[in-house]
Amino acid sequence: MKKIILALFLTFIYAGGFAQDFPAKPNTLVNDYTGTLTEVQKQQLENKLVAFDDSSSTQIAIAIIKSAGQYDINDYALGLGRKWGVGGAKKNNGVMIVVALGDRKIAMQTGYGLEGALPDIITKRIIDNEIKPYFKEGDYYSGLDAGTTAIIKYTKGEYKNDNPKARRGKNSPAGGVFILIIIIVIIIIIIRKGGGGGGSEVYGGRGSGSGFLTGMLLGSLMNSGRGSGSSWGGGSSGGGGGFGGFGGGSFGGGGSSGSW
Amino acid sequence: MKKAILGVIGALFFTTMLSSCGYNTMVKLDEDVKTKWNQVETQYQRRSDLIPNLVSTVKGAAKFEESTLTAVVEARSKASQIKVNADDLSPEKIAQFQAAQGQVGQALSRLMVLTENYPELKATQQFSDLSVQLEGTENRIAVARKDFNDSVQEYNTKVRSFPNNLTAGMFGFKQRVGFKADEGAQNAPKVQF
Repeated sequence: MKKIILALFLTFIYAGGFAQDFPAKPNTLVNDYTGTLTEVQKQQLENKLVAFDDSSSTQIAIAIIKSAGQYDINDYALGLGRKWGVGGAKKNNGVMIVVALGDRKIAMQTGYGLEGALPDIITKRIIDNEIKPYFKEGDYYSGLDAGTTAIIKYTKGEYKNDNPKARRGKNSPAGGVFILIIIIVIIIIIIRKGGGGGGSEVYGGRGSGSGFLTGMLLGSLMNSGRGSGSSWGGGSSGGGGGFGGFGGGSFGGGGSSGSW
Repeated sequence: MKKAILGVIGALFFTTMLSSCGYNTMVKLDEDVKTKWNQVETQYQRRSDLIPNLVSTVKGAAKFEESTLTAVVEARSKASQIKVNADDLSPEKIAQFQAAQGQVGQALSRLMVLTENYPELKATQQFSDLSVQLEGTENRIAVARKDFNDSVQEYNTKVRSFPNNLTAGMFGFKQRVGFKADEGAQNAPKVQF
């Protein structure tokens, strides 16, 4: 209840820019900045989430931190999820879980693409029913394990991994070559047409007209090529260890939070 | 033949000239502002859609709070009359929109404060679901507003900087205005945590 009022209030004063309070983009899905989980637990969670990422392309990222500082826990999870780019760039199918141990708060933010499969009510129930009981006993691993299992249950089948392994990158150079070929072909066609005209006024006129049109076309083509190139830049350095890197997904404030 | 080549060169020159003056970028940023605005409206609409359910749920348990409930319903119906087309984002319209939605927000938060007095209402599954949805919606509104303001800022920076400001003047790219910090923020009901 207090959170709703706080959220309502936040809507009024929301102005904050995201500062550098966020850890850099990691190469793993499970990130414990507090040393709470043992290496084995971390690896088990990581394996489970990487396997789910491989089969479904849905990325569930976990960050365990000391405190969200002056941030609302939901805002923090949103900012972190956006910074890391959890989920695919087109599907936006990421879930960002932030556990702030010192604040005794947890937030689960869902990417745009998962708001249907994981509505706020469901994330709230997962937090309340699956995670909180364990967290209250200090068993963070079991809480996160049960929570992620529930998320997987709800999001299974929502997305599938279209091109496993070689998932990211390499599209922009190919696109560039493709566009270059089109440009060359069009230029050849124009020159051919112009040549065939052999000085005829009519042909010449038409030739230059279509040339202008093609120029416009080329301009917009090149532009769109550049645009997609930059959006692919969001892709990540393919770190080893099984996890292929975050895909550049975005978040819109879906999800919920709780404290224990 | 020569004319054809000249045409190609001319077209290329023309497009590069335009893009070096930032015309294409401005178009792109302008479209981005519109997209972000639509997102803002969508999220406010989402809140608006929640209200009837919320009001009828609260009504059952809290019969004596008629005036607060009426305030919410009235603010909602007033706000739903103000629609701002993404192609016509004038400062006045945005201010109007913001004021109307601000009323809804304030009425809603008064209502939520009131429900504190009705533990039996808060215990129901229906109410707790609705409040979770409301909380999520307010979060989404905050995010959409911030994204909109960011896109406006990016657009304005582009439009105002040299040499884009020349192209902008030529093609009528005007500066845009985002959301201001709500005046109601100072007058928001005090909540005891």
